[in-house]
Amino acid sequence: MANVDIYKSEGRKNYLNAATTVKSWLLTLDHKRIGLLYLFAISFFFAIGGIYATLIRLELITPQGDLLTPEMYNRVFTMHGVTMIFFFLIPSIPAVLGNFCIPLMLGAKDVAFPRLNLMSWYVFMTGASLMLYTMLSGGIDTGWTFYPPYSSIYSNSQVTVAGVAIFVTGFSSILTGLNFMVTIHTMRAPGLTWFRLPLFIWAHYATSLIMVLGTPVIAITVLALAFERTLRIGIFDPKLGGDPVLFQHMFWFYSHPAVYIMILPSMGVISELIATMTRKRIFGYNFVAFSSLAIAVFGFLVWGHHMFTTSQSMYTGMVFSLISYAVAIPSAIKTFNWTATIYKGSVSFDTPMIYALAFLGLFTIGGMTGLFLAALGLDVHLQDTYFVVAHFHYVMVGSAVIGFLGGLHYWWPKITGRLYSEAMGRVSAIIIFVGFNLTFFPQFILGQLGMPRRYHAYPPEFQVLHILSSAGASILAIGFLLPAFYLAWSLKYGEKAGANPWMAAGLEWQTPSPPPTENFTYQPVVTHEPYEFEQVPEIKQARAAELQSA
Amino acid sequence: MNPSSFLIQIPFFPEQASNFAFEVDLFYLFLTALTGFFTILIGAAGLYFLIKYRRRSKGEVPEQIEGHLQLEIAWTLIPFAISMFIFAWGAKLYYQMYTDPKDALEIFITGKQWMWRAQHSDGQREINELHVPLGRRVKLTMTSEDVIHSYYIPAFRTKTDVVPGRYTTSWFTPTKAGEYHLFCAEYCGTQHSGMIGKVFVMDYPDYQAWLRGVPRDKSPAEAGKQFFTSLACNNCHLDGNTGRGPSLHEIFGKDVKLANGSTVKVDETYLRESILNPGAKIVGGYANDMPTFQGLVTEEQVAMIIQYIKSIGPGQGEAATAPRPAAAAPSTATPASPVAPAAQPAGRPASPKPAAPQGEQPKQN
Repeated sequence: MANVDIYKSEGRKNYLNAATTVKSWLLTLDHKRIGLLYLFAISFFFAIGGIYATLIRLELITPQGDLLTPEMYNRVFTMHGVTMIFFFLIPSIPAVLGNFCIPLMLGAKDVAFPRLNLMSWYVFMTGASLMLYTMLSGGIDTGWTFYPPYSSIYSNSQVTVAGVAIFVTGFSSILTGLNFMVTIHTMRAPGLTWFRLPLFIWAHYATSLIMVLGTPVIAITVLALAFERTLRIGIFDPKLGGDPVLFQHMFWFYSHPAVYIMILPSMGVISELIATMTRKRIFGYNFVAFSSLAIAVFGFLVWGHHMFTTSQSMYTGMVFSLISYAVAIPSAIKTFNWTATIYKGSVSFDTPMIYALAFLGLFTIGGMTGLFLAALGLDVHLQDTYFVVAHFHYVMVGSAVIGFLGGLHYWWPKITGRLYSEAMGRVSAIIIFVGFNLTFFPQFILGQLGMPRRYHAYPPEFQVLHILSSAGASILAIGFLLPAFYLAWSLKYGEKAGANPWMAAGLEWQTPSPPPTENFTYQPVVTHEPYEFEQVPEIKQARAAELQSA
Repeated sequence: MNPSSFLIQIPFFPEQASNFAFEVDLFYLFLTALTGFFTILIGAAGLYFLIKYRRRSKGEVPEQIEGHLQLEIAWTLIPFAISMFIFAWGAKLYYQMYTDPKDALEIFITGKQWMWRAQHSDGQREINELHVPLGRRVKLTMTSEDVIHSYYIPAFRTKTDVVPGRYTTSWFTPTKAGEYHLFCAEYCGTQHSGMIGKVFVMDYPDYQAWLRGVPRDKSPAEAGKQFFTSLACNNCHLDGNTGRGPSLHEIFGKDVKLANGSTVKVDETYLRESILNPGAKIVGGYANDMPTFQGLVTEEQVAMIIQYIKSIGPGQGEAATAPRPAAAAPSTATPASPVAPAAQPAGRPASPKPAAPQGEQPKQN
């Protein structure tokens, strides 16, 4: 294929070659460029979080704590969690793919508040810089959950700075969520009614709702923690007249919905991937759309299931368990509908579909094991063991990260105008799936056997399972590294992608790849539902060509 | 055949050594089978669709299906019904685990970075170990001196957080003699993974021998009486409500009327609060003039004072804490392993023995 450089000049201007100075990037108001700015930032933090994960898995190969000191190990697993959750998972899909795709999918020129959008990125980078400072000055050793009074009084680490970093970063989330909600309400193209919206948009609407309503609570919580730590104001420490369990209520009031900030956008991505790759409208569109909203609402009512063993009253525990089962149902509905979408479809096995299938498998296991943990009497045994670690990695990595990678591979041709190697894409998706299961499935068994989490050294009988897990992690690391290489390679050597390489039905595929700065050169008008594959010009052409040759 | 002995043959379970273990494992197996069945069902359906409906030509557009209302209702209601069954089973187990048992042997546990201290009702203390008799209900009352810990015995399938500033409880009946892991399950700082120990379940005679062999301090109630005097509690809390503070005789377990009109049940948590934060809940008719003992007493001392208050009936204060030929020098740490039965100190007349299944404490109320 001719190595034409579409980024410089080829007649057509696009958002990448419209201006090339550093200033044009750092002061851009273009949602697509801001999405890429986020992509660089979160990829960097994913790499750092990955290095921490590597250290954890290396340490746990042997039962003795022989690689790191206990203090270092505690800092490493804390920084792994903090980095991955606040600086990768939460911003990943919304800030990168959401920013890039939402206006395109709506047929809009940009988000509602482009300046606010850029400000979100700067706020995020301010928080991220504070977190980098925290890392360089020794990190923190409280666990990502920051439970006081350990975090507020006893820990000798940079808790206050880390708290401020999270406080600041939270505002980036709030502003992004606000921007998305207003954009979805006001910027839809003519004819684009709510029930003609792609499910990606519904998922992001639900996510934005959680970001706007939930994030202020974590801001208050870390601020209260910082006050207790620096000014000795008694809020959580009983010695100062506070209540340590109060912190857990406040923390999980945000941090449980935060799980849905990570998973809902991923569910939105999967809906797009499955629709395009099977050329079917999503089975039960309304149910899938409303289940996102149901998850967003119920997600706020289940925080107490993190606290079944913390001495909250027995009846409180029962209420939280009951509602936790209620929130499991919308997720089950989605899974059933996705599976039913494949029925009588036209299934392609391109890379995004491999990721979508990996998501379905891992999310099913992640969700099913949630049923174990919501069961009160069983959770008493499994709480704070590796069973919990395995469960949330299946949900947060197996589903959220896989969804992000699947989405990145799906929209990559649109973002860059280039195709990556399909073979490499499929192989790395399969490597990730295998490596992931080998890493985390043994941890379910470890937890059931009683291995507590956050242990630097452990009884020798657990070693075999830990070795399996570490072996899986090395495979997983290869799976995560490969895309960095072949995606970078595709920027220069990849085949040029047309406007619609997957023959998808969304509005974003009707404009050239990469899109022009103003997204569309004409005002799109929507006349039908989101997944009308009969209407896709590329499919019509292909069919006409087939009929001719037949 | 005992069904639980059959389960032990299956790998991937920790040993089953308490009254809860078998049911928790059965529940776990049930959920594994149930979720496994549905996972395979969805997986098989998905796989079949993937192969059967793979794309055959580039221009193919399949027939579109909008949805199916009955199907949606079915796969909403059926999982919901199943999940309600899971909820009910889980809640029932949880209820059993967290409802205080009657006539249990009581042991007081203190968590502290990074060790577990246990004090038996006869005064024996141990660190990072717990000796309990086979087949008797054991109730742990726990608190922490610093950060949150969690007392986790995988073989018993029990775990309860140990929280500073409050008492939490956990109970079990050991069902199998042996030696089991004790873990701290709530991250508590640098040596969290070193805050581990052993639980020894012993046949009753062995357990009694162990109790006799361990040098012991005064019983908690005896020691509590001493603190009650040395801290001058007895100056105000006179018997017969003649002092500046309410009488504490026979008060434990009763409801008292507070100055603000509400009533409160006198339990460990209330007594502890009243020692450390006396103004919080004033008994009706008394002035708020008791000073706080925050910082003057350790958690273990508070617990001892409470044990003393629990032990006193009207005019019985002396009897319950009759002088005993307490054996050893007051040692805080005790030998690590069960010591061979030593000669029993002669004459322990009124000592509350953990002998009869009716609990070790003379119950006064």
